[in-house]
Amino acid sequence: MTDNIETSASVKIRVRGVSKSFSVKSKDGGGKDTFYAVRDVSFDVIEGEFLAIVGPSGCGKSTLLDLLAGLDRASEGEISIDGKAITGPGLDRGLVMQGYALFPWLTVSENIAFGLDIKKTPKKQSADIIKRYIDLVGLSAFADRYPRELSGGMKQRVAIARALAFDPNVLLMDEPFAALDAQTRETLQEELLRIWMETRKTIVFITHGIEEAVFLAQRVAVMTNGPGTIKEVLNIDIPVPRKAGDVKDLPNFGWLTRRIWKSLHNEEDGLSRKGEYDI
Amino acid sequence: MGESTKNTGGGLGAGARFFTNTAGFFKRGAAIFVFWAIWEALPQLGIVAPFFLPPFSVVAETIGGMAADGELVNHLAASLKRALTGFAMGMCVSVPLGLLIGWFKPVSKFLDPLLQVFRQTSALALFPVFILFFGIGEVSKIAIIYWGAQWAILLNTTAGVRNVDPLLIKAARSMAASDLTIFRRVVLPASLPYIFTGARLSATTSILVLTAAEMVGAKAGLGFLVFDAQQKFEIPRMYAGIVLMSILGFTANYLILSLEKRWTSWKGDLLPQT
Repeated sequence: MTDNIETSASVKIRVRGVSKSFSVKSKDGGGKDTFYAVRDVSFDVIEGEFLAIVGPSGCGKSTLLDLLAGLDRASEGEISIDGKAITGPGLDRGLVMQGYALFPWLTVSENIAFGLDIKKTPKKQSADIIKRYIDLVGLSAFADRYPRELSGGMKQRVAIARALAFDPNVLLMDEPFAALDAQTRETLQEELLRIWMETRKTIVFITHGIEEAVFLAQRVAVMTNGPGTIKEVLNIDIPVPRKAGDVKDLPNFGWLTRRIWKSLHNEEDGLSRKGEYDI
Repeated sequence: MGESTKNTGGGLGAGARFFTNTAGFFKRGAAIFVFWAIWEALPQLGIVAPFFLPPFSVVAETIGGMAADGELVNHLAASLKRALTGFAMGMCVSVPLGLLIGWFKPVSKFLDPLLQVFRQTSALALFPVFILFFGIGEVSKIAIIYWGAQWAILLNTTAGVRNVDPLLIKAARSMAASDLTIFRRVVLPASLPYIFTGARLSATTSILVLTAAEMVGAKAGLGFLVFDAQQKFEIPRMYAGIVLMSILGFTANYLILSLEKRWTSWKGDLLPQT
């Protein structure tokens, strides 16, 4: 059925019928229920594209990203990258998380070196690469600082540099800017777009911010919960490079954010009609 | 011109720093100096019988005399050898064991109940048992110090491993780090502050247990000195032994703390505020 997509060379990541379920105690006590965090999710990520997955908290989008990262195994379905099934974590994918997850005992450059060490990159070569990525994220003056000496925005820049340094094809980002203040977030969004255009990585970006998704991505997948699944994928036909000040005034931008908001909101309406949010 | 101004500034800075350091030293030691003053005054004023509590100056003089005739070195060396051997054995066994228990859940599940029971068994209560098995010589003394010292290291190391931020492990794992790499490069450095806390607590325990151990069948050592002096009613010597013990404990704690500051400087909050 999907043979024509499979043979297409431009598909980087293929997700087909993926579910992640857990066995939980049923509400009445006795038996066991199956809880689906993610159910029957299918989508493609095109080589070099910026795909955002937007959804409310608890819709299973982080679970989905863990599956893509190979940190967790799908209960059903299959995920492949370059046609090969994902069996575990790999240096072909870099992960950036909301909590930065920098190693506090390593300096900025040592943090960035972490993946390079695992890749067994020779020290000399490694030093050049580290320098290049510290420059890329604009932290040249902070190479020898420890994470505690950095602001949240700077920490996330380090995390991005760390995830890029070992040269993965795909960058997986799990609400990377959610913990930052509005100004820093906007700056980092523009920086990320610049980095994406410079490095041409395939990016899968998880967020609950509709505007963030529309501003950054070429396509936005709308994810809804109970159980988590992808409702629709929308094309964002706003040309790159994008500047926050310009893009957010475009009629297209307003239309797309409203369109996605409605798509998500319908689902919440559905929930309230079932009485789960009755007050 | 600019150069010389900078130099003068640096010189003044160093001078000022010396004074603030000295002032800081007296400030931090204030409570101790007050304590010494009271200790000196109480027997001098006849409030406490000088026979039971000689003035601090007399005790200090006794320590000076012991230092001069070599007795001090003799006792200190004997005590240090025992305490250090027991403590080192505790570190060598309990750090790896703690890492193992913290990292491998089945090991933890199996050993935890036994360790909890052992931990609650007083080291001093076990001393007769140790003497029974190892005789009254050095082996039983070192063994009991080791037994007493190991718990704090073991429990803190285990806690350190269990408290590693799961996000850091996730980050390392996402970069395809092997379990060994995660252990070596994430779990170990993250546990280091806990291991240091354990080491400091254990050093204190070592000296505590040392005192008791040296009161039975020893010919030298600070514990022996206190016990022996008391038996012979050489009260200033007894106090000298007690003071020396607290100095030993204080020094041990200070040394480990300096090492900790150096090795976990990334934590920042351990560094002195400037």
